[in-house]
Amino acid sequence: MSDWRARNHPAWWAFLVHRLSGLLLAAFLPLHFWALAQALRGAERLDGFLRWTEQPVVKLAEVGLVLLLAAHLTGGLRLLMLEFLAWREWQKGLLAAAAGTSLAAALVFALNVV
Amino acid sequence: MTRETEAMTESLSVSVWRGGAVGAFREYSVPRRASQTVLDVVTHIQRRIDPTLAYRFACRVGMCGSCAMTVNGVARWTCRTHVARVAPHGRLEIAPLANLPVIRDLVCDLDVFFEKWQRARGRFEPSAPASTDFARIAPDSGERRAAEAGIECIGCAVCYASCDVVAWNPAYLGPAALNRAWTLMNDARDAAHGARLRAVAGDAGCHACHTQLSCTERCPKGISPTAGIAGLKRMSVRALIRGAL
Ligand code: SF4
Ligand code: SF4
Ligand code: FES
Repeated sequence: MSDWRARNHPAWWAFLVHRLSGLLLAAFLPLHFWALAQALRGAERLDGFLRWTEQPVVKLAEVGLVLLLAAHLTGGLRLLMLEFLAWREWQKGLLAAAAGTSLAAALVFALNVV
Repeated sequence: MTRETEAMTESLSVSVWRGGAVGAFREYSVPRRASQTVLDVVTHIQRRIDPTLAYRFACRVGMCGSCAMTVNGVARWTCRTHVARVAPHGRLEIAPLANLPVIRDLVCDLDVFFEKWQRARGRFEPSAPASTDFARIAPDSGERRAAEAGIECIGCAVCYASCDVVAWNPAYLGPAALNRAWTLMNDARDAAHGARLRAVAGDAGCHACHTQLSCTERCPKGISPTAGIAGLKRMSVRALIRGAL
């Protein structure tokens, strides 16, 4: 099936967000390890890197990262609850809770940053 | 002019898939009528415009499951889908169901679909020797309720055509077969629970489902195959822990 019209419903969008956030987080990991590795190369390098992260764009990207993490985490919890707790008609509710929690987490982070 | 007569003077522009796996949409103009269903539109084309159009239907009342097609991109039972609900702008695009080989025009080959019911052990298997007494099933028991929720399936393949995992993994048993297996796993009279659980717990079985819920979204009978699949996931994990899988 390849028709976007058939996929236009909340649970499918949730699936897409979960998959994309997972891929992007995986893509971010090497960068994360590289940053940690700077500490091994001496305090000077790490401090230089940390100064670089003070830029507004980087801060903005961090908020995005928190959003991705929160979306992936709550999305995963949502799936576990759907699949491993007794079935009930709470799909849309769980989805809304996951989306709301993720956005709130990103917002709290953003407010702390600025 | 009332809304009704106004609607009846309009006409619909309808694109219908013609051909097999390769083919093209052909345009038809069909008179708009009150309470018209998508199946009425297809029937009008075949009876009045082009008798070579191939399509399937039988009951026209949502019981047989033979009339499913892709209507404006979404799999639906056409005999109970009103034009007014799916074509607000008077345009319809009608194609065969996705995820199934096309025989001709709007007719798909459902062999694979039903073979997968067999592979999922989707048939009742009585204990031998056959019991001489009626089984007593409490109507409000958990098992009976679980079976009840999935038992009205008409085998229309709408869920199967809507499932991405079927498209990605051609061996995947799919929502309808797994829903059927789930109803039988909740049937106390059935004697093949162990074998069936093994049949549905493999790579192409319940654990392949990504809980996208497209099947649940589209099932015209309001069944949630996802619920049954989640039930099978839990059952197989429990069996695995017990060492019974
Ligand atoms: S919930 Fe599972 S079976 Fe249903 S459409 Fe999604 S992936 Fe397919
Ligand atoms: S579960 Fe629903 S959509 Fe799927 S075959 Fe049965 S009736 Fe059709
Ligand atoms: S014709 Fe039987 S379900 Fe539509």
